[in-house]
Amino acid sequence: MTKASESEGISNMAGREAPEPPTVRTTCPYCGVGCGILAGRHPGGSVSITGDHEHPANFGRLCSKGSALGETVDLDGRLLFPQVDGRRVPWDDALDLVAQRFSEAIASHGPDSVAFYVSGQLLTEDYYVANKLMKGFIGSANIDTNSRLCMASSVAGHRRAFGTDTVPGTYEDLELADLVVVTGSNLAWCHPVLYQRLLAAKAARPQMRVVLIDPRATMTDHIADLHLAIKADGDAALFCGLLAHIAASSHLDRTYIEKHTDGFAAALAAARALSLDEIVRQTGLPAGQIGEFYRLFANAERTVTIYSQGVNQSSGGTDKVNAIINCHLATGRIGRPGAGPFSVTGQPNAMGGREVGGLANMLASHMDIENAAHRDIVGRFWGSRGAAEKSGLKAVDLFRAVGDGRIKALWIMATNPVDSLPDANAVQAALEACPFVVVSDMMADTDTVRHAHVRLPALAWGEKDGTVTNSERRISRQRAFLPPPGEAKPDWWHVCQVARRMGYSEAFDYAGPAEIYREHAALTGFENNGSRDLDIGAHAAITKAEFDRMMPFQWPLRQGQPDGDTRFFADGGFYTTNRRGRFIAVDAARPERMSDAFPLVLNTGRVRDHWHTMTRTAKSHRLSGHATEPYCEMHPDDAAVLGIGAGTLVRVENAHGTVVARALLSDRQARGSVFVPMHWTDQNSARGRINALVPPVIDPVSGQPASKNVAVRVAALPVAHYGYAVLAARPGGDMPDYWALARESGGWSVEFASFTGVGDVSTRARAMAGAAGETELLTYRDEATGSERVALFQDSRLIGAFFFSQRPIVIARAHVAEELHTVFGDPRSRCRVVAGQPGSGRPDPGRIVCSCLTVGVNQINAALDGGCPDADAIGRALGAGTNCGSCRSEIQAIINERTTQAAE
Amino acid sequence: MKQKLVIIGNGMAPGRMLEHLFERAPDAFDVTIFNAEPRVNYDRIMLSPVLSGEKSFEEIVIHGDGWYIERGITLYKGHRIDAIDRDAGTVTSDQGVTECYDKLVIATGSVPFVIPVPGNDLPGVLTYRDLDDVNAMLLAAQARSKAVVIGGGLLGLEAAAGLKERGMDVTVLHLMPTLMERQLDSSAGYLLQRELEGRGINIITKATTRAIVGDGYVEGVKLDDGTVIPASLVVMAAGIRPNAGLGKAAGLDVSRGIVVDGCMRTSDPDIYALGECAEVGGEVYGLVAPLYQMARVAAGHLAGVPTEAFQHAETPTKLKVTGVDLFSLGDFAEGDDREEIVLRDASAGVYKRLVLKEDRIIGVVLYGETADGAWFTDLHKKQADISDLRDTLIFGQAYQGGASADPMAAVAALPEDA
Repeated sequence: MTKASESEGISNMAGREAPEPPTVRTTCPYCGVGCGILAGRHPGGSVSITGDHEHPANFGRLCSKGSALGETVDLDGRLLFPQVDGRRVPWDDALDLVAQRFSEAIASHGPDSVAFYVSGQLLTEDYYVANKLMKGFIGSANIDTNSRLCMASSVAGHRRAFGTDTVPGTYEDLELADLVVVTGSNLAWCHPVLYQRLLAAKAARPQMRVVLIDPRATMTDHIADLHLAIKADGDAALFCGLLAHIAASSHLDRTYIEKHTDGFAAALAAARALSLDEIVRQTGLPAGQIGEFYRLFANAERTVTIYSQGVNQSSGGTDKVNAIINCHLATGRIGRPGAGPFSVTGQPNAMGGREVGGLANMLASHMDIENAAHRDIVGRFWGSRGAAEKSGLKAVDLFRAVGDGRIKALWIMATNPVDSLPDANAVQAALEACPFVVVSDMMADTDTVRHAHVRLPALAWGEKDGTVTNSERRISRQRAFLPPPGEAKPDWWHVCQVARRMGYSEAFDYAGPAEIYREHAALTGFENNGSRDLDIGAHAAITKAEFDRMMPFQWPLRQGQPDGDTRFFADGGFYTTNRRGRFIAVDAARPERMSDAFPLVLNTGRVRDHWHTMTRTAKSHRLSGHATEPYCEMHPDDAAVLGIGAGTLVRVENAHGTVVARALLSDRQARGSVFVPMHWTDQNSARGRINALVPPVIDPVSGQPASKNVAVRVAALPVAHYGYAVLAARPGGDMPDYWALARESGGWSVEFASFTGVGDVSTRARAMAGAAGETELLTYRDEATGSERVALFQDSRLIGAFFFSQRPIVIARAHVAEELHTVFGDPRSRCRVVAGQPGSGRPDPGRIVCSCLTVGVNQINAALDGGCPDADAIGRALGAGTNCGSCRSEIQAIINERTTQAAE
Repeated sequence: MKQKLVIIGNGMAPGRMLEHLFERAPDAFDVTIFNAEPRVNYDRIMLSPVLSGEKSFEEIVIHGDGWYIERGITLYKGHRIDAIDRDAGTVTSDQGVTECYDKLVIATGSVPFVIPVPGNDLPGVLTYRDLDDVNAMLLAAQARSKAVVIGGGLLGLEAAAGLKERGMDVTVLHLMPTLMERQLDSSAGYLLQRELEGRGINIITKATTRAIVGDGYVEGVKLDDGTVIPASLVVMAAGIRPNAGLGKAAGLDVSRGIVVDGCMRTSDPDIYALGECAEVGGEVYGLVAPLYQMARVAAGHLAGVPTEAFQHAETPTKLKVTGVDLFSLGDFAEGDDREEIVLRDASAGVYKRLVLKEDRIIGVVLYGETADGAWFTDLHKKQADISDLRDTLIFGQAYQGGASADPMAAVAALPEDA
């Protein structure tokens, strides 16, 4: 045990004033930063969330999503009881059926006729038993994970270069570096706390340089000294050119190369084959900018290259990863303070899943399934017979196999592939066709759960218990502070119960996560002796009490040598057979996907305040206010050519599918490209599932889909009626052609549109409001402009306010939504509801920028008008940006925008 | 040497004219006033609150006796002028007083229209014009019996509401399908009818009076369908006519009223006319705002200071019945070249309608919530282009400017950056 782990994991952090409930140390369930959280449950049921100042990932910081976790733990929409074919059944019936159907499929069609599709949101212990069951006992490697969609190329790149999937550095390196290259990552929104750490480090050490490589001028651009607005998939060429430049400018670390690596000459030769003209052509960057970046890199001894999905989600993702690693190996900038290639993961436990072998092409404990010695180690450790001997199906291939009938029984845990996988409509069709689908989930209805024959209720964050590993190899505990609701059970329990029923009682007899963790830790140390990177053997005999007290620690944590620098490879020691690192000769050719029919490149990604398919973040009205509907960000010049106006609806489409989204015109988006966020599903929008358009094109090495370079066309959508509504209750019934639903503090809001006309607006309004009983109707009609508004009242309360127009609706939405809280004592005052903006003396906060403290853009502008000079002053005046800091870039953007306007 | 100014009539228009005149040319005239009513100048608009009991007469006096004394004005109370001798430059009252004038102002107001039906002269049949009429109604109301008001216009409804307040059982007979049809569209007229009926006033629309019946005293009103509505008091409120007889007798040009030019001069340059008796630009007026404008114009001209000529302007109407908020302005007939914005909240009793033509307001009807009447009047008067205000126009001045909609709201609350 490390020294830190002696302090209590559970402590009473009694507040100074109001009595605070006992708090539990746990870890955030969102991105891969893995922030520590102090969570407490008040006797009344409300939940308090604060950052854990002692957690080395965040030192007390939280982002907007983490800060709002307390608003996402309600039981609305939860799956609370096992179901078979939509009917509630006892657990035993459901588990018996799952075991029986899997066993039958295996007996009739062999082990490869079944599959698990799991998730980076599972805890390590859940993941461990799922992998153990499939690879060790069922005897197939058909277990893959949604980490395939975000991390597989990094894993593959690491393994090619290092011999194992090792992240060499630590978060601290970002703060120690002289140059941080952020490539293919919108750190400001997707890893906000790391971004905050970087921001603070740069403020403390202004000589630090930051280079952003991204087709879009994202919010991360605000920290960048240099932004390279690269063409999609131009990165391999850019980094090949960098390697050639390093060699040409005598910045090679020849000692390191000679002593610790192989393959340099071939890699350099491949890199040198690219002329500068070719690099300019492939990246779309001016030669001067490329040269500036190369000089910055060559001259900064302490360089960290941080990257995520923009690199990984590519048909050449693995090559891109290796092109980056090549440059770090060539300069010896790896595993040293302030230097190294750094992959940051998108999920809370992508790393933990990789550690236990959650990918179809890995075994367990970072061992290789193709390696007979490794198979022998694991087989003996598990006591398994007939373990898998070859890689299983990777995600895209796995669902293809489901679709063509090769998979007879499929178990999906904690993920939503109907929304998140490429060619998502085909995934949906595959699930519909599959003879037996089991889904373990916390939600009763998702686009995936609705296709399940058996639904198993899982515990949610705050209820479940185990460990996660963050992007810097730091293992932290997720601890329960809420009681399990209904009959929901942890995922490890689901798996073990089915395993026992399939005849593997002995191997799956665990009393709880501590026992599973202990076994996992023991396996990492089993016959390791320094031969494998992953070793937490020091925990091989951890007791339950110690597990419960466990403090965050970084691996390796080898038996008998618990302390020391946790970085890897500063002095070589790679995990290839000859222990030498490998340069990879990279194919830098950029795929050209655009055509006359589909001339625009689609990029997909996250927004600041939503997470994955929004099953949790959409519960929070604060998080829902930042981006309320699917949008298509595009350059104003492209929009002009296509006849698309700001705020109108557009159709984004290709041969795979169609999405309807709001046009957001911005010169942050390069010409010829569009961006659509990945979050919206059929649960909260009509036609918002962007992954339906992503073709099942994968990286040949990693199997990761290419979600950032998709050929589409965008067209203006003829809309008869645009609409916006706020509603006290979730709208139901017959929805208009387009709709997107968001939570408000007093109910819901809906953006909607009808392509053919909504008909009588009052009838439409009543139907959407689901108004039962006596309602009072208020109408506004400006026939000449086509503007119609309807408000419905019941018992002095607004139950629905609707705005219809032939043009996009321009009103103060936040203000209208607030009216859901008003009690209209004098009914004659209530017509103001459909004014769509506040009267004088009732300022409209505007679009919410700071979701923690609910501060809007109009308030920020007013404070700037009032003399606040900068973002710090805004923070003092309004509190905006002072909690999680995730919005500070946006506040700065507002200030910059005004400065620009003033200068003009 | 001061000139001699004689004024016939002591209503609100000449009262206001004198205020302007004394301000601009305090020493120019010796002023003599003949008032057919035996009292000082009072606010005739406020007679309805006196009728309903919300105000006393003293509270609606504009110029008390002291005001006249301070300015050296001779006021003959209860003197009706019978004749004007333009050649001699004199006027003579029914009480035999004759005064010379250098300048004469005729401000004889209007007379109520008494519908030509049998029995319209029976005792108990009143009009609604001055304090005497109010006092007579109050006397009749003491019997707490039944009253019929003929005419569902502004005056008639105020009278009806006042009499109801005084405890009478009141029925309003209105010739047209909806109340106040000259000021309200049918929707607002209907809301108003519902409101008044809710207060216990009976309202019969499309009601044509055939006769007023009674034996020596009014007993009821007979409609042309034969129905007889019992009543011990009948108030005629079926409109007014300019009181132009004196001018006509004096040989001045008279059409509907005494014809004046933009400076309020009649066809005799020494004689002015203003108020409800005057006709300017082919229009006669009954509401206070244009009458006050006439007063300002006439005073300026008498004082010899340059003054803008009288300009026609639509004048808003408000119904002075407590708890009924109603405002009407301009023209609200439908037409191909007209656009309208309508806001309705029937259960809250709110109705607003704006009639627009070429992005200008030409008509306004507000019912239930009238606070923005003055603002609409101003926009209407200025013929302001409202296209930039249009989306919030009907909600009034508080919704303009200042709290502008978030510009990003145009793209559906999208993030500023992505």
